[in-house]
Amino acid sequence: MLVNQFLFLAALLFCIGVYGVIARKNAVLVLMSIELILNAVNLNFVAFALRNGNADGHTFALYIIAIAAAEVGVGLGLVLLIFRNRRTISLDDLSEMKG
Amino acid sequence: MVAQNIGFAIIATIMVIAAIRVVTTSNVVHAALWLVVVLAGVAAQYILLAAEFVAVTQVLVYIGAVMVLFLFGTMLTRSRIGVNSGLNNRYSNLGIPVAMVLFAAMSLALADSFGTEKLPSDGSLVTTQQISDQIFGPYLLPFWALSFVLLAAVIGAIVLARKD
Repeated sequence: MLVNQFLFLAALLFCIGVYGVIARKNAVLVLMSIELILNAVNLNFVAFALRNGNADGHTFALYIIAIAAAEVGVGLGLVLLIFRNRRTISLDDLSEMKG
Repeated sequence: MVAQNIGFAIIATIMVIAAIRVVTTSNVVHAALWLVVVLAGVAAQYILLAAEFVAVTQVLVYIGAVMVLFLFGTMLTRSRIGVNSGLNNRYSNLGIPVAMVLFAAMSLALADSFGTEKLPSDGSLVTTQQISDQIFGPYLLPFWALSFVLLAAVIGAIVLARKD
């Protein structure tokens, strides 16, 4: 197996995730696209761990999985709160901060 | 060696198709279910990369916990279960060239840096014991910080989602 086949797969997943973040309006779907991006990064970490023959990549992949779980929890809490106050989770309608 | 490459090709194809469905489907629940396929594919790639512990954690945390959170989020925000046309924003086509250019740049960099370098096929495998030695040895401080992040996230999610 080549190193590059895993890195190319991860790059492709990353780009699909970036497209999702740009194109989607629904906040839950944007969070799902962020999960795609985080998984692409994890795949890179584990591939490099095998290439270099040490466990650092595995450690960081585990840390990223934990951070992703925390991020989804807080993100969905925010989405729930926005939905409760605004009755919508369309990111185009949340323009008070002129983003 | 050949069997591994065939396995990789099959899983990678399924993953890419599922990932594209996640970002293009017009139904939030279908997107969540396609995301399960991508995450399971990533776990399978971890097994190919001889990282069993990370693969098991991936299945437990992502497919077990994160997907339940997503389905609950979909349910509680009452994004209509069924075909939903208002999921993409006005400039969604702008994302295609951005993703293409990004992928082209990364492909050039990867092909230039790694070319046809092979993964070691007989190298020493990383055991779960080594991972725990790493976490509770040199990487103890990030592990601590991570515990506080998780605690803060749990408390924050409860405070945010509370009724009053």
